[in-house]
Amino acid sequence: MTLLAQIIANGLMLGALYACIAVGFSLVWGVLNVINMLHGSFIVLGGYLTFFAWFHFKISPFVSLPIVCGLLFVMGYFIQYLAINRVITRPVLTTLTLTFGLDMILYNFMNLGFEATPRRVSLDLGSLTLGGVILPVDRLLAMLLAFGLTGLLYYVMRSSRIGRAIVAVRMDRDAAALMGIRVGHIYAMTFGLAALMAGACGTLMSVVFPITTNITGLLLGKAFVICVIGGLGTVPGALVGGLALGLTESIVGNFMGAQYAILFGFLIMLALLITRPTGLIGKKGYE
Amino acid sequence: MKTNSSTLPSTTMTRAKIFPHLIFAVWVAWLTVMPLMADNYYIRLATFVCMYGSLALSWNFIGGYAGYPSFSTAAFMGLGSYAGAILQKAGMPMILAWVCATIFVSLFAALVGAAILRMKGHYFAIGSISMVEVLRLIASLWSDLTGGGDGLNVPIFQGGPDYAARVFFYSMLVVMLLAWLTTLFVDRSKLGFGLRCINQNEDAADMVGVSVNRYKTIAYTLSAVYCGSVGAIYASWVSYIAPTDSFGILLTLKVPVMTMLGGVGTVYGPLIGSALFVLMEETIWAQFLDYHQAILGVVIVLLIFFLPGGLLKLDYKKLFKRKTTSHTQARRA
Repeated sequence: MTLLAQIIANGLMLGALYACIAVGFSLVWGVLNVINMLHGSFIVLGGYLTFFAWFHFKISPFVSLPIVCGLLFVMGYFIQYLAINRVITRPVLTTLTLTFGLDMILYNFMNLGFEATPRRVSLDLGSLTLGGVILPVDRLLAMLLAFGLTGLLYYVMRSSRIGRAIVAVRMDRDAAALMGIRVGHIYAMTFGLAALMAGACGTLMSVVFPITTNITGLLLGKAFVICVIGGLGTVPGALVGGLALGLTESIVGNFMGAQYAILFGFLIMLALLITRPTGLIGKKGYE
Repeated sequence: MKTNSSTLPSTTMTRAKIFPHLIFAVWVAWLTVMPLMADNYYIRLATFVCMYGSLALSWNFIGGYAGYPSFSTAAFMGLGSYAGAILQKAGMPMILAWVCATIFVSLFAALVGAAILRMKGHYFAIGSISMVEVLRLIASLWSDLTGGGDGLNVPIFQGGPDYAARVFFYSMLVVMLLAWLTTLFVDRSKLGFGLRCINQNEDAADMVGVSVNRYKTIAYTLSAVYCGSVGAIYASWVSYIAPTDSFGILLTLKVPVMTMLGGVGTVYGPLIGSALFVLMEETIWAQFLDYHQAILGVVIVLLIFFLPGGLLKLDYKKLFKRKTTSHTQARRA
């Protein structure tokens, strides 16, 4: 019984991070109709920035979180504004290949600048024990922050001016433009927000897992799976998908091994793609 | 917007249309006699040219003619190399193993294609990329059959390195020629016409009586056949395969990029693009090992911004004219 509770607790802590991974990816896919191959590298970049701030300047990850978010937002904004906006109406082959090309550039420079050694911010915060279930404090904090940030994004999308503008552009780009919304700017804001969430996720991950450039593809794969499980373009969808994948991986990983957990995630995704291409709770329009 | 040039397959051969075939014939003739005088380095390079040429021609069936953003090239090639290697290891003669691997990969593609071709656009892209990942994981988990993460050794080809290099080069050349012949056939047949219709508007094609699902599945299977052969030959050539090398995301994206460089949905675009790409990679990027990926990335970005239709679809006269008019306008202003 304790084992089961432990597995579920691990799954929830993992799932919160997964939701955080996928929410930005889902936003870009839903609003811009772009499969953002840069997403994994954004997360790793966020993790590295946090690590180096902590390692060289002794800045706590929880302090550097807003700084990393800001940097990633600016970077995302300009990548979208200067590059992806130019091909935004072209078919998926073009946009996907473009983001892949940009990813190769970023990846190359991250590899040169940071080297591929796995690095982790070790905070040594100890752990709580609740009825036999061990909850490391750093993981718990990361989970709470991940939930908090995802909730914040949901609030921004629903209640702020910029969020409503993003939803409007998602619904009808031309009508939104006629209403005086600067579509190019909104696209760039959306991509910036997605990069911001990726950066935040990287910061949280660097506290929990070792970060290396080699995991960019793995993270991107997770984003694919979660988006398809949860359905595209909704914050609650990414949350549900993330938690579902976290729990599944925790269970399968515990009984069969970590590699099988990844394979299982992909197989669920392929099965869902073939039978229910809109996802479990997917609907049109980003809310 | 989808590509819409060269909409109708032509039945008449005009003089202008023979010209590209002549150039290709000269190129193939040169490749055929080249091993008689060149050393192994150039033969290796030419083998890569033929290999990527076959892969790009294969991708062109589904990605170019049908316009489906397929990223499963590495899945098919990796599967082909594993099938070939396992069969050869079990004692099957090399060429028979290649043929069996090709058949196996084709059947696999037909079955998988029937399922994943129900998706469109982004979902299809994601589904086809994930197939590479799924097969890589299976290859590294099923260690009894595939050797797992340690990889698989293929029996080394007897007869010395010089002889082996030539055998594998000519094999790749034959595969490339077969892929070219198939492309030529598809380009002029009802199948090619139907695929172009699907590319422009799938629902409309369905309405006017193109059996969309059958055509798409055929195109997807055709895009796998020669990838399977290439994979099997590659496995015998390098005589060692491992999951991460065989099922690489980089390969799966490189091949469409090569085709886009030459011209998507044309007969010679994939060949020009892949040859140019391999030669550039060997002469320019290989000099900057640390920046290899970044340079490739920059090339991709430039290609998408400034050469969206590929080299073959550039209207050189118009390009020149537009440049001169903008020049005079600038002077007037």
